[in-house]
Amino acid sequence: MATEPKVLIPDRHIDCIGLFCPMPIVKTREAIQRMGVGDLLAMLSDDPASDADVRSWCQITGNELVEVSREDGVYRFLVRKTR
Amino acid sequence: MERGGAGPDRVYLDYSGFSPVDPRVLAVMRPFLEAGIGNPSAPHSLGSEARESLEAARAKVARLVGGAASGVIFTSCATEANNLAIRGVALRSGDRARHVVTSAVEHISVLNACRDLEKAGGAVSMLPVDAEGRVDPEALRKALRPETVLVSIGAACAEVGTLQPMGDIARITRAAGVPLHVDAVGALGRMPLGGEAMGLDMVTVSSNDLYGPPGAGALWVRPGIKLMPQMLGGGQEGGYRSGTENLPALVGLGVAAELMRAEAGHGEPARLAALRERLVDGLAATIPDCRLTGSRTVRLPQHASFVLRGAKADGVLLDLDLCGVAASSGSACGQRTGTPSHVLRAIGCAPQEMEGSLCFTLGRWSTLADVDAVLDRLPPIVARLRQLALPAPR
Repeated sequence: MATEPKVLIPDRHIDCIGLFCPMPIVKTREAIQRMGVGDLLAMLSDDPASDADVRSWCQITGNELVEVSREDGVYRFLVRKTR
Repeated sequence: MERGGAGPDRVYLDYSGFSPVDPRVLAVMRPFLEAGIGNPSAPHSLGSEARESLEAARAKVARLVGGAASGVIFTSCATEANNLAIRGVALRSGDRARHVVTSAVEHISVLNACRDLEKAGGAVSMLPVDAEGRVDPEALRKALRPETVLVSIGAACAEVGTLQPMGDIARITRAAGVPLHVDAVGALGRMPLGGEAMGLDMVTVSSNDLYGPPGAGALWVRPGIKLMPQMLGGGQEGGYRSGTENLPALVGLGVAAELMRAEAGHGEPARLAALRERLVDGLAATIPDCRLTGSRTVRLPQHASFVLRGAKADGVLLDLDLCGVAASSGSACGQRTGTPSHVLRAIGCAPQEMEGSLCFTLGRWSTLADVDAVLDRLPPIVARLRQLALPAPR
């Protein structure tokens, strides 16, 4: 029997649509600081630079970039706080 | 000359972050703040006086830029001027596919205005730079397409100080018939830059960068360049930037531009360059692994930027501040996000260096004593922080 894909339920959502660098990262950073280790953040952004910026920020800070999807020009990032 | 801004005991070397307003500028602005001479569109005689003052300021800004006064559009800041140039030209170009060329080391207001066009279906070519932050004119030539509507390259990179080859860049854009926008913040009055003579089409001006009041700026536009206004209202500034003009600040900008032009003719850039050289040589001699970023020779005279290995900029800046020296890391965005700046990434800095970025920007009131204070105070700070950063012995 095929296993159902696991649905990830974010603990917090932030909407950064319309904002440009550095604000999606600034708001992600602020949100993550207020969350518990293991919590999942969903962030929406339509800044074309946010894909590279979020990947780079997660790499530098050690937080886990769980998933990136894009629909109609809007990115949805799922980031798990790891420390 | 009366010293502007920072107190006598403080060493202020963050002029690119904020410049003290020249007391001579303040003196000219004061009656405009106190005497009710305010709205250049007003029908009474005070309005007429205000219009005359506004046009005098426009002429002074135009002289500094090296272009016709009729091309000066006053704005609230350089960021607004950059947005007006980039979005204004691109949106005026009609529904056809829009392609804009810029570089990887531009100010964030330029980059974000370009990204906004990208979101709306346009295309942006981001030119890479060399290890000193310089754009290759040949790369620009190759990036141009039939649908290119604008090239936007700053005269100097604010973070590492390198001057761009504006003459070569302008020759390429003129030959291709593509408008060239130049963010000249940091460069005006410090390097030869003539709007008309160099073939520039739009030039961004910041008031505070010229020791004028914050909250004022301008975009100079060559006659014939078509723009779509970005601020709609009562049609001030020829309809290209509506909203009652901030007359006191714009009069101040005019005086600041005039002073900048006069001082450039009396050797101020050379004085600043000599101070910068003393700082660069002194730090290179006293701090190991302290590397100048940007070009050693083709750079803004007031600008010295470094990367340090083994010490984080925030700690160094905090300690410098505690001993009376105000400097910066060169990137406000990087400080807010806790990530390396786009400029340091673009010039290929090593990861170990990017956290140790320091930027000292000199200005009209900078002295030899200021530079010597940094040479005296910074080396022990870096040595101490590097020692603290070492792993504890087992």
